[in-house]
Amino acid sequence: MNVAATFLAAALVLGVLAALAGSLPDYVLKANLRAPAAGLGTALAGAAGVVAGIAAMTGDPYSASVPGVLPLTGVRIELDPLSGPFLAAVGVAAVATGVYAVGDARSRVVQSVVPLFVIAMLLVPAAGGVGTFLAAWELVAATSLVLILVEHRRSPEVAVAGRWYAALSQLGFLTVLIGLLMLAGRAGDSFADLRDAHPSAVVAGLAFVLTLVGFTTAAGIAPLHVWLPRAHTEAPSQVSALMSAAMVTLGGYGIVRIGLDLLAGGPRWWWLAVLGLGALSAVAGPLRAAPSGDLKRLLTRSTIGGMGLVFVGIGAAGLFAAAGQRVLAGLALTAALLHVLGHAAATGLLFLATGSVVRATGTRELETLGGLRRKMPWTTAGFGLGALAGSALPPGTAFVSVWLLLQALVHTPPGTGTTIGVAVPVAVAAVALSVGLAVSALARAFGVGFLARPRSAAAEQASESPPFLLAGLGLAGLASVVLALGPTLVLPALGTVSETVLGEGERAVTGAITVRVAGVAGTISPLLITVALAVALALAIGGTMLLARRRARRAVPTWDGGAGPAPRRATTFAVPAYSIERTEGRLWRPALAALNAWGEAGRALATGSVHRYVGYGFYAVCALLAILAVTR
Amino acid sequence: MNALGIVGGVVQPVLLLAAAPLLAGVLEKVRARLEGRVGSGIWQPYRDLRKLFGKEPVDPGGTSEMFRLGPLLLLATTVVVAVVAPFVTTAPAIAPAADLFAVAGLLALGAVALVLGALDTGTAFGALGAGRRLTILALATPTLLVAVVALATRAGSTNLGAIVSATLDDPVQVVSPGSLLAAAALVVAIVAETGRRPADDPVTRQEATMVHGAIVLEYAGPDLALVQLASAMRLAVLLGLLANLFVPWGIATSMGAAAVLIGVGALVAKVAVLGVLVAVAEVFVARLRVVRVPQLLAGSFVLALLAVSAAFFLT
Repeated sequence: MNVAATFLAAALVLGVLAALAGSLPDYVLKANLRAPAAGLGTALAGAAGVVAGIAAMTGDPYSASVPGVLPLTGVRIELDPLSGPFLAAVGVAAVATGVYAVGDARSRVVQSVVPLFVIAMLLVPAAGGVGTFLAAWELVAATSLVLILVEHRRSPEVAVAGRWYAALSQLGFLTVLIGLLMLAGRAGDSFADLRDAHPSAVVAGLAFVLTLVGFTTAAGIAPLHVWLPRAHTEAPSQVSALMSAAMVTLGGYGIVRIGLDLLAGGPRWWWLAVLGLGALSAVAGPLRAAPSGDLKRLLTRSTIGGMGLVFVGIGAAGLFAAAGQRVLAGLALTAALLHVLGHAAATGLLFLATGSVVRATGTRELETLGGLRRKMPWTTAGFGLGALAGSALPPGTAFVSVWLLLQALVHTPPGTGTTIGVAVPVAVAAVALSVGLAVSALARAFGVGFLARPRSAAAEQASESPPFLLAGLGLAGLASVVLALGPTLVLPALGTVSETVLGEGERAVTGAITVRVAGVAGTISPLLITVALAVALALAIGGTMLLARRRARRAVPTWDGGAGPAPRRATTFAVPAYSIERTEGRLWRPALAALNAWGEAGRALATGSVHRYVGYGFYAVCALLAILAVTR
Repeated sequence: MNALGIVGGVVQPVLLLAAAPLLAGVLEKVRARLEGRVGSGIWQPYRDLRKLFGKEPVDPGGTSEMFRLGPLLLLATTVVVAVVAPFVTTAPAIAPAADLFAVAGLLALGAVALVLGALDTGTAFGALGAGRRLTILALATPTLLVAVVALATRAGSTNLGAIVSATLDDPVQVVSPGSLLAAAALVVAIVAETGRRPADDPVTRQEATMVHGAIVLEYAGPDLALVQLASAMRLAVLLGLLANLFVPWGIATSMGAAAVLIGVGALVAKVAVLGVLVAVAEVFVARLRVVRVPQLLAGSFVLALLAVSAAFFLT
């Protein structure tokens, strides 16, 4: 029996059981037991998902089909190395949020729907046929919509967020559906059939563009990212953590699966589009994060930046593969996959820490927070660690993945054509800007939100969250630290993944303590850097103690240039970001106005007369038959 | 790690740490003379440090460990950079840490640590300076990265030692368009990172116009001594890096007492020349308004981007 398949099945069973436990009425399962049952069930399902992911990356591929469960196509499961990193990413996020949820008892709806959401997300990378994939995808969209709308009584904003999310996620689903059906209509349902189909360039290109629209929507890639800051902000924190850490990465999975695996690469313009959209999001996300006053909104925008970097990696991989640069393609794809894992851990941690803050203070506004480090030391440590992990500073989690991505870009040989010659410098610039802006935004969030003095009564009276909730933070933090210091634990497996996706090639990355890039010169060791930094810090502390003649520290009032202590406003900067804000509004307002006008025009057709509607149906069928008669 | 690397790993941080206050003293002296003042002696920074280390350490009300950690991390990151980057020798002490991205990241980490220390005080000027510093950091770090990437593309490696070696092997590359554009971008980024004019004014006494000064306003005694020492060392490190990336001659490539001594001498001479140039330029350049600084940095970022493009097309 295949290990990956066994654990995936275990994850599905555990998820369903957790969902059942979460939905049981009070006289069967008491409310105070329901939260642990549902939360731990979700966490166990996530853990099984992580094991399944690791097994899928390292073990034999597995495929199975169960006809009849889904109409027309049946359920097809296919676990190959590419499924692995995404199963693991969803699993890590589910473990942390599941444990967190035990301490953060919510409504019955959250307790019963979150496990379903998790197993739906596990099913997406495990799907082995178009029907199964689409069903799992739609299940993800539907369950997440329910979860976003849970707190609809709290504010009308929730309904607005739900509308944006429903419209854009269904639009994305529709384009993915059309794109995949174009391919499946000729070849067959299973992914194996699609790989052998070799569709014509026009069909493949059209299908790729359509699925790209859907997958960039799901991943929160500009310009279709507008739902993400709204929806993730209004959802309960546990759900935002799952959505930002795991759900958005499935968009990246879709592009790699369809573009690189099923369609076996493609012309350069496909990947230029992916890279361009990724670069746009990588810069625009953190740029807009900087001035955000709402802590969750700030994090959603840095999520957009993180996914942008993933898409830059995927786009570069496709571009290099199209240009015949196998080693660089493998490197770029490995970087993107490592970034997915690091993103899941770091973003999960940041959102859970924010959830802990919201729980304690009832507010997400940076303006009214501050001074939390005394009252909530563990949450503060968690957010600080998450901010370090999310920004590409050493020794953070994103540091190695961004470094790998830069290696792929820097080692592009000159003279590989004008497209690459233009695309690579732009990508380097976007990655570098994204890193700088993300550092700035996250440092501000941490410094203003958690350090300084409390700026409101709520922040003053905050108290630390219960142990289970902190344990959830701890698990996400542990995953971040492991990925930051020991990326070499996962990199060989990720190298195998890129190898299988891109075809035969060299193993991209080797090394135990030092990450060595094969094929090009490049080494880095986050562990050694951390050790060197720790030694230098110890020396600095020791040296200061030797030099300073008086040791005892005395507390004094703050000076502040003579002004003395007083509560302060938090918003002091971020000038360049506002122009982007306006551009986005300019982009979307005409689109929405056009849709509105279209809807108004459509109203004239629907007068309420049943005769009319029957007539429409009749003429539509006749027209369809006529088209078929002419074309077939 | 070879013998040369170990020697470099010891000599470089000791030299840079010990001589950094002297650099600050020389800069101040040159500036004073050009402005028609006598100025304090070039050893004044050492006397200042000694005085500050002798004072009582104080904690402003409501601050936490982050406030005390800021200066320490600033110094520690700079020391690590001084150990790994090529200053006296091209052989790195810790090869897997001598990467461009690691060095840029470490420098940014130190800056962020100090900013968080400033935010921790919860004062108006602290927050003001922190905001400005983060905006500068958000643009200067990418410029630094992209400008050196232009050189790395040519060298085929992002290891700083390898980049310097590549320039030594092929000296004509120094005057290539990509290299010159990268140098221009790097100069602006370094000026902004080290808080010199026109991005910031190191001698201003007006809190509302400060960037670095506002951040360290609450530091006193040994903490302030650490900040001053680390800031001076950061300036020396960045100028040394600039010098060796574009004019690497003199740096030790093989083991030997003479080679290392020449390396030390060359580094001191190059950093001194660059330091004097910075000081001279500061006398003649006015400080930019704070809102104009991002535009200056955006300009230098574009230069860096052009440098990378030139490295791809004009080879």
